[in-house]
Amino acid sequence: MKKTLILIAALILSACQQQVSEEVNLYSARKEALMKPLLDAFTSETGIKVNLISSKADALLTRIESEAANSPADVLLTTDAGRLHRAKLAGVFSAVVSDTLIDSIPSQYRDSENLWFGLSVRARPIMLTAAATQIEITRYEDLADPQLAEQICIRSSGNIYNQSLVASSIEANGEASTEAWAKGLVANFARSPQGGDRDQVRAAAAGQCSVVVANTYYLASMLSDTENVVDYQAASKIKVIWPNQEGRGTHVNVSGAGVLKTAPNRDNAIKLIEFLASDTAQKLYADVNFEYPVKAGIELHPILKAWGEFKADSLPLTKLGENNARALQLMDRAAWK
Amino acid sequence: MMRHWNWQITAGAIASLVFLPLLTLAWLSFSANTELWEHLLDTVLADYVISSLGLMIGVAILTLVVGIGSAFLVTQYRFKGVAFFHWALLLPLAMPAYITAYSYTGLLDVAGPVQSAIRDHLGLQFGDYWFPEIRSLGGAIFVLSFVLYPYVYLMARSSFIEQSQHLRDVAQLLGYNRRTAFLRINLPIARPAIIAGVSLVLMETLADFGAVSYFGVSSFTTGIFRTWYNLGNVEGAAQLALMLLGFVVVLLALERTSRKRAAYHDKKTSQPAEPTQLSGNKQVLAITLVSLPLLLGFIIPCTQLLYWAIGNAAQLASYDFWVLVGNTLLLASTTAVIALFLALLVAYSHRLSQSKFTLIAKNVVGLGYAIPGLVIAVGILIPLAYFDNTVDSWMRTHLNYPTGLLISGTITALIMAYLVRFLAVALNSVESGLQSIRPNMDQAARSLGLTPLNVLRQVHLPIIKPSIMTGLLIVFVDVMKELPATLVLRPFNFNTLAVRAYELASDERLSDAALPSLAIVLAGLLPVILLSRISRKAS
Repeated sequence: MKKTLILIAALILSACQQQVSEEVNLYSARKEALMKPLLDAFTSETGIKVNLISSKADALLTRIESEAANSPADVLLTTDAGRLHRAKLAGVFSAVVSDTLIDSIPSQYRDSENLWFGLSVRARPIMLTAAATQIEITRYEDLADPQLAEQICIRSSGNIYNQSLVASSIEANGEASTEAWAKGLVANFARSPQGGDRDQVRAAAAGQCSVVVANTYYLASMLSDTENVVDYQAASKIKVIWPNQEGRGTHVNVSGAGVLKTAPNRDNAIKLIEFLASDTAQKLYADVNFEYPVKAGIELHPILKAWGEFKADSLPLTKLGENNARALQLMDRAAWK
Repeated sequence: MMRHWNWQITAGAIASLVFLPLLTLAWLSFSANTELWEHLLDTVLADYVISSLGLMIGVAILTLVVGIGSAFLVTQYRFKGVAFFHWALLLPLAMPAYITAYSYTGLLDVAGPVQSAIRDHLGLQFGDYWFPEIRSLGGAIFVLSFVLYPYVYLMARSSFIEQSQHLRDVAQLLGYNRRTAFLRINLPIARPAIIAGVSLVLMETLADFGAVSYFGVSSFTTGIFRTWYNLGNVEGAAQLALMLLGFVVVLLALERTSRKRAAYHDKKTSQPAEPTQLSGNKQVLAITLVSLPLLLGFIIPCTQLLYWAIGNAAQLASYDFWVLVGNTLLLASTTAVIALFLALLVAYSHRLSQSKFTLIAKNVVGLGYAIPGLVIAVGILIPLAYFDNTVDSWMRTHLNYPTGLLISGTITALIMAYLVRFLAVALNSVESGLQSIRPNMDQAARSLGLTPLNVLRQVHLPIIKPSIMTGLLIVFVDVMKELPATLVLRPFNFNTLAVRAYELASDERLSDAALPSLAIVLAGLLPVILLSRISRKAS
């Protein structure tokens, strides 16, 4: 018993004392499996070791705030602009002056004060099966048309991408009109919101609905894994349409990162973000998770290419963060579960 | 003067560990604005409350029926395989609720194999046939019940075993048939034990986030996270968490009252009741009935996991996977040992001093189980970081020696959070053991010149060993399954099986998540089998 305890204590101590000279500490809301290939590429290019904690963005932010001046975190990486904005409001980011970043990343995908930078673009278009013949859908606004009753599958209002979609609509159409739209949309739900984006695609393929709103990388990853026959066949039944091409453009979000004010390894932190915006990493984002690069001129994955080019909403993404709480309360009022 | 003040202080110190996060919640709550409440009241609060109540009532009824029913069958009757069912009925305890939820969804969802087969073979379209929606309140009740019923089963079974032959003789004298005897004698006597079991079930149900949120049910606990994550309102979330806790305190008070009335328990040991041999149709019926919970709570979800895992068995070869296994076992065993040690101190302090103070300490320790893991994580994170930073700045100014974060971000912080949540479980087991030792035994030992500590070591420990082992194993399994606190508090580059399974599953990569899930189940299996052997030996 005693021996075991000593052994355990020794293990804990040794785990705490691993010190490497060149390192960078990353708090990531992107899952480990998705970050690993990017981080490995960074380490092999620069020799800088990346220490990672992956968790929910808000939990990580709370952790950074309470660890305060002694926080080991150098970089906070989130999967949406809303959370980046929240971190900015919490005052944990520090501005980064980097020509590399400013040249690589279009201005609507980064913070106006250079506190955070978008690193990959996530588009949320409308997807249809062959059964969606009721009306021609060209805009998000069309989803509230009563002719689409019991046709729409979309996940819960707890999902940040839906909140961002509503936040962008508040910006484009105003709050009252967006609320009316959300109520119309909810009235057209084929089922109570459940599951993730892939589940919506699966449900549509199974015939529960014909119209889906989902992020493209979920569909692309289903299409890429031909070994998973069921998912592959489901995804093959789905057509992507790019909404609002005549107007504001298709809703997009970014995953992105910022350097923390208290970062103990500030230089390495900047190097990491610069690497993530580099050609190598931008290509990897597409290969690992089928996202769109933020940087122009990067070759797209063939699956993404097949869906054609689209006009993205040019709304500065900070607005998504600013409108987030309003968006969620609006969705509550519209009884979007 | 305080009796046994050193013991009382120990109990107080241990309870303050659980009290610390509660205090943090209270502190956070003060700074919340009322605007949020207007919004919640107008929109979703009623839904949260109704869903949570529905969930609790549903799970309570189902776990009671399944737990008591199966316990009664295996203790009162003899049929083929009864010895196997005795322990096998505990197996679902090894399944984390969220993992059972993943498996059932994969199986029964609209796009799953069952419904696809119905459509393909019968040539039907979606909507042509009726099929229960697994991702619903009903689905959540179903999954939670078949994962949690072993708590009721375990308690009911030992109570039924303890009920002696002369109770049955009395029933016969009164002219009761088997059913009346069960309703009028067996069940009332087992009631305190059953209520203790069902209160654990309800606390787990209330605190569950994984399964419930996966099924899209807006329970109170999912509401807490929604308020924190989506409205970015930690303070409002803390208020909701305190409300939940208030509700649990009321529940626990009810439970305590009902336990007090159990003073008539027959402690004199006589012959255990002889089980009745079943044959023919009755035997088939009995076997079918006890097979159901095992099938639904364990075999079906495990088969689904196994099917997924086989396609991903390559993960087994990776070094990384075995590090996960090691981390998980290390955390679970360390926490289990510490939890039982602390629980023993608290329970024994109260036994010694019988003071109001230790009673409060004991009750506070019992609360942790009902607090959602994520809420505990925040409640631990904030004070620990505050402590670390205060020490650091003091050391900096006075000794010019910065200490940085001493405890935050280490395994110690993680274990503290586990203790807050699972000390209650350890305490439950230790107490049930200590209760079976008559106080005059302590007096006798003391009069022979033993110190209180030696009474504990030389007299109590040998007697309550089975209870301690039970506690160890339950805490071990619980820590292995724990997800939310681990996700928030863990150190850099440190993952557990539960974290890995969750990350993959929440990315809707259920088949990749199967192997780590199965590893949790397998590692949990051994303790569960041990547990059943202990409880059988003890009876």
